[in-house]
Amino acid sequence: MAPAEVGSRRVARRSRRLREAGLGYLLVLPALSVFGVFVFYPFFRNFKLALYQSPPYPGLPSHYVGLHQVGQVLTSSNFLQSLVTTFLFVVLVVPAGLLVGLFLAVVAHRKLRGIAAYRVIFSSTVVTSVAVSALVFYSLMNPVVGLLPWLGISPHPPVLESTTWALPAVAIMAVWQFIGLSFIIMSAGLQSISEEVLEAARVDGASNWTVFWRVTVPLLSPTLFFGVVVATIYAFQTFGQIDILIGYQNAAYEHVNVLVYNIYTTLVYGENSGRAAVMSIALFLITLVLTLLQLRFIERRVQYAR
Amino acid sequence: MPVDAPSVPNGAPRTRPDRKSAHPRRRRVVRQVIRYTLLTVGAIIVLFPIYMTVVNSLLAPNLLDRQPPLLFPVHPQWHTYATAWSQGHLGLYLRNSIIQTLIIVAGQVVTAVLAAYAFAFLRFPFRRTLFVVFLSTLMIPFEVTMITNLNTVNSLGWYNTFQGLTVPFLATGFGTFLLRQAFLQIPRDLEEAAALDGYGHWRFLLRVALPLARPTVAALAIFSFLGSWNQYLWPLLVTGDNNNIRTVQIGLKALQGNQLQDLNVTLAGAIIAVVPLFVLLVVFQKQLVRSLTAGAVK
Repeated sequence: MAPAEVGSRRVARRSRRLREAGLGYLLVLPALSVFGVFVFYPFFRNFKLALYQSPPYPGLPSHYVGLHQVGQVLTSSNFLQSLVTTFLFVVLVVPAGLLVGLFLAVVAHRKLRGIAAYRVIFSSTVVTSVAVSALVFYSLMNPVVGLLPWLGISPHPPVLESTTWALPAVAIMAVWQFIGLSFIIMSAGLQSISEEVLEAARVDGASNWTVFWRVTVPLLSPTLFFGVVVATIYAFQTFGQIDILIGYQNAAYEHVNVLVYNIYTTLVYGENSGRAAVMSIALFLITLVLTLLQLRFIERRVQYAR
Repeated sequence: MPVDAPSVPNGAPRTRPDRKSAHPRRRRVVRQVIRYTLLTVGAIIVLFPIYMTVVNSLLAPNLLDRQPPLLFPVHPQWHTYATAWSQGHLGLYLRNSIIQTLIIVAGQVVTAVLAAYAFAFLRFPFRRTLFVVFLSTLMIPFEVTMITNLNTVNSLGWYNTFQGLTVPFLATGFGTFLLRQAFLQIPRDLEEAAALDGYGHWRFLLRVALPLARPTVAALAIFSFLGSWNQYLWPLLVTGDNNNIRTVQIGLKALQGNQLQDLNVTLAGAIIAVVPLFVLLVVFQKQLVRSLTAGAVK
């Protein structure tokens, strides 16, 4: 081969690589620019905002208050109570939501006549949106309308204005709304377990109950883990339900003021995006810690099928 | 009972096969009955709130506080639905929700397909780094970025516009990840064969890669459909008193009155908003299940 030919080939290959790289950047660019403007820039700007006292809308003056504000927010009873409320809410929603979903998935696992209809029903709360579910439970928990007074549950103040019962009420609604997703996740997990393994256990004389706890549940652990992640995210993001069922003007407001709701009210009613930014950073850190904990958990405890 | 207790564990395994052979048919029937009972109990738990909503939406206001509560709509007031539709501007809000959702779904699918193709098939410097950057967006909840996003949208003059509602959500780290995984499943041979046939990257993407990844694209579309249809916090922030751009979620909140008189109309509105989605659920159940479990590890 003549040296000139090798050279021109190299040039051709180089230009092809350059074109490939150019195309690569071009294809990544649309998503990357959205992330840049609406994810990374606002994320990092929180750290600056945290040091300023500023109104939420542009053009209005803000003034520097420094780290003082960070300490003040993090030690304020408003923030601490909000943290406690958030964790209480997670504890009320996540296990219950997953257990109901698992129960329904186990019951609907066998092929029976009419099972398809039951499956559609069980997954249906996936499509009942935030506002719809909230209105549904707004009437179910109404102090005058039918149900609760008939059951003899008529506390003063009413359930949705009670500092004790408002959060559990929202949690019941959230569990109900989460049933659909929970059922879908658990069903998919059950279907991935091979029938042969279960049959082998039964042949060895294990009862259905033993098979379920000793074979099915361990094999289901990746699914359960995934379910815990999804449910926790769902519980953390609960906002619309609280806004509609309880709302800012409610006497029980401070007792349902989960972190996300607190960020919103601080931003909109508190007129200070600095305080809200400090809470946003806290929300991010909590999410981060939870994710890392879950990653550790997955490595240690979760048993994989293969 | 302390005397009997020890004998149960020993006796159980021996008697069980006997019982089984004695009445296999009866046992099966009993099991079926138990199973259907549990299924029905589950269905009632799930459907009861919706059922009561339908009943209450049809009751006249003076029947709503009856004791015991009415479980059937006596003298159904069908006009509550017409009132909810017109008084709540539900036609407009549903249209807005549909437009908002379609823009977000289309945007997410397009940007995710493009980026995923680059990550799966093209070689360029910093590809791995950029992919990690994409994945890192999964660690940042939307609520963490909304303060500045509200600011950005306001300064762009996007308050009360579809741009404001949709543009911040036109990219998805999760969707890009899913599609990249799907693209990586495509055999190398196919890629080489296509190259020999003179397929460029665009043609390969449109004729080979996308059709093969269709289930994943459908899953992503449904996933982002549910996500954006369900949005509440962001539309609440970027749509104000201007009725023309509100989505149905916010519209329903506005329909929620404090008077018992209006409760049936409010509930009728909720039912109107949920019916189209029930229809979609029945039609797309399989795809829905796939999309919602796509993140679970195989």
